[in-house]
Amino acid sequence: MSFPWSKEYTPSHPLMVWLDEKLPLPRLVYGAVGGGYEVPRNLNYMWNFGFLAGLCLMIQIVTGVVLAMHYGGDTKVAFDSTEHIMRDVNWGWMLRYGHANGASAFFVVVYAHIFRGFYYGSYKAPREMIWLLGVVIFLLMMATAFMGYVLPWGQMSFWGAQVITGLFSAIPLVGDPLREWLLGGFSPDNATLNRFFSLHFLLPFVILGVVILHVWALHIPGSSNPTGVEVKSESDTVPFFPYFVGKDGWTIGLFMLIYSAFVFFMPNALGHPDNYIPANPMQTPAHIVPEWYFWPFYAILRAFTVDFLIVPAKLMGVLAMFAAILVWFFLPWLDRSPVRSANYRPLYRKFFWVLVLDVAVLAYCGGAPAEEPFVMISQIASLYYFLHFFVIVPVVSSIERPDPLPYSITEAVLGTDESAKLDGNG
Amino acid sequence: MAHDAGTDTPAATGGEGVRRRDFINIAAVSAAGVGGLAVVYPLVSQMSASADVLAESSTEVDLSQVEPGQAIKAIFRKQPLFVRNLTPAEIAEANKVDVATLRDPQTLAERTKEGHENWLITMGVCTHLGCVPSGVAEGEVKGEFGGYFCPCHGSHYDVAARIRKGPAPKNLVVPDYEFTSDTVVKIG
Repeated sequence: MSFPWSKEYTPSHPLMVWLDEKLPLPRLVYGAVGGGYEVPRNLNYMWNFGFLAGLCLMIQIVTGVVLAMHYGGDTKVAFDSTEHIMRDVNWGWMLRYGHANGASAFFVVVYAHIFRGFYYGSYKAPREMIWLLGVVIFLLMMATAFMGYVLPWGQMSFWGAQVITGLFSAIPLVGDPLREWLLGGFSPDNATLNRFFSLHFLLPFVILGVVILHVWALHIPGSSNPTGVEVKSESDTVPFFPYFVGKDGWTIGLFMLIYSAFVFFMPNALGHPDNYIPANPMQTPAHIVPEWYFWPFYAILRAFTVDFLIVPAKLMGVLAMFAAILVWFFLPWLDRSPVRSANYRPLYRKFFWVLVLDVAVLAYCGGAPAEEPFVMISQIASLYYFLHFFVIVPVVSSIERPDPLPYSITEAVLGTDESAKLDGNG
Repeated sequence: MAHDAGTDTPAATGGEGVRRRDFINIAAVSAAGVGGLAVVYPLVSQMSASADVLAESSTEVDLSQVEPGQAIKAIFRKQPLFVRNLTPAEIAEANKVDVATLRDPQTLAERTKEGHENWLITMGVCTHLGCVPSGVAEGEVKGEFGGYFCPCHGSHYDVAARIRKGPAPKNLVVPDYEFTSDTVVKIG
């Protein structure tokens, strides 16, 4: 946000003055991520994941564009061209492992970013639009990641496409025609692979567009902070550059260490060996699992095994899986507590950690085979998941007695705030 | 009156109501709208199955090598097709089930051709999310009801390939087919 004390962009070089008059792009950057953007001085490390997510998107776009120079989106060559990238293309192995592990890294970072939002109430007014756009980005990421996983045309690629497009056939009346339209046939085949390649190339740029909206919406109220108390005076903020550019640089270094450890030393740790078997429409792998970042939602999908009134189990599972994400759209209005940060919400804080545990349990069950006891555990965990958002959050927000908030960010940091004192000078 | 309606409109009279410019606006926007829809239709339709995909319509299967109690996997429209030769014991077991208790109520007779009740021909595509169930080859898991078992999400099908347990909503689909001789069927 542009506070009264935010610094203005003042170009000194004549060329920059000239550019500022014709196209004030440097002014835009200065105000967005430079010295002109004032952020709360008390941001903790949980506020670094947005910048990291942007970095991940860039890694995916750069590695993805160059991979597309060597890949063939045709069922006859897709698997072989992937191996050609791995064995023959200069540095192809690094680009592909970087891209595959980059997807996982992107989801790790984004899940941390989302749960930061849950804990600190980042979705609350006046930041609802930032949150809503964020959920849109997450949905686009899921679609992009799913289609990207189909491209190597291995066994998991093929059967993942079969199962996920099968979700649409659960829709009454239009389900089967819709699925055939999406696939371009009766089962995943060349038409499917080709369109997935096209869309997998397009969607990251759509994500980039929504990210720009996400950051734009952020700059209207300005960043939230761990106390949830709004910025009151100049002593509450520091300029984004150099303070947070420097801090983000440090976490980028940490991130690159972990990411590189995966890319160079355990590139297949998060993948499935079955995807090194070429796609075979006649043989389903014994244990189909999606990539780890879909496990919690996959567990919810599989938790519905009996019909509910007139709704068949299959449709219930599909609806519940989508609802598990769509409920986030309503979170700003389900949580009516005026206090943002869980640091000052003793009751909500406990339930937040139960939710973290619940999602971890769902993730574990989603990666496990569809047998007992995992089915029953998924059912209980799915029930709790929806209970959290539809019952616990609204009820807690109305009965909870929050802890006292600090007067200001400065007081929270320094223990005192000059501007908090009643006018001592008379 | 009705026969001279239109000759007395505000446009014709130059009055307050519909003016010449309003008419041009509506006509222009309507033409652009119809033109836009005409462009969208092929853009949507191009994603549907193409002619060569639709052309793979029928397949012939030779049944002479399939002994009672055995099953084979054939290919129909690039999808697996299960052909099973039921034993008299399996037919009796399928007919013993109270149809009213089934999720997708069908008798074995409704799922086979008259005079060929031992030949159970179904798609090998689980009606849940499209995996290939196991239970065709010897030694494969047949599930709790002795038919087919889908490993993806745990759907159990009985000897008549009817859904008995798990998330799948329907029995395995019986495609259109006919016996061209006692040992050959034409699928599709």
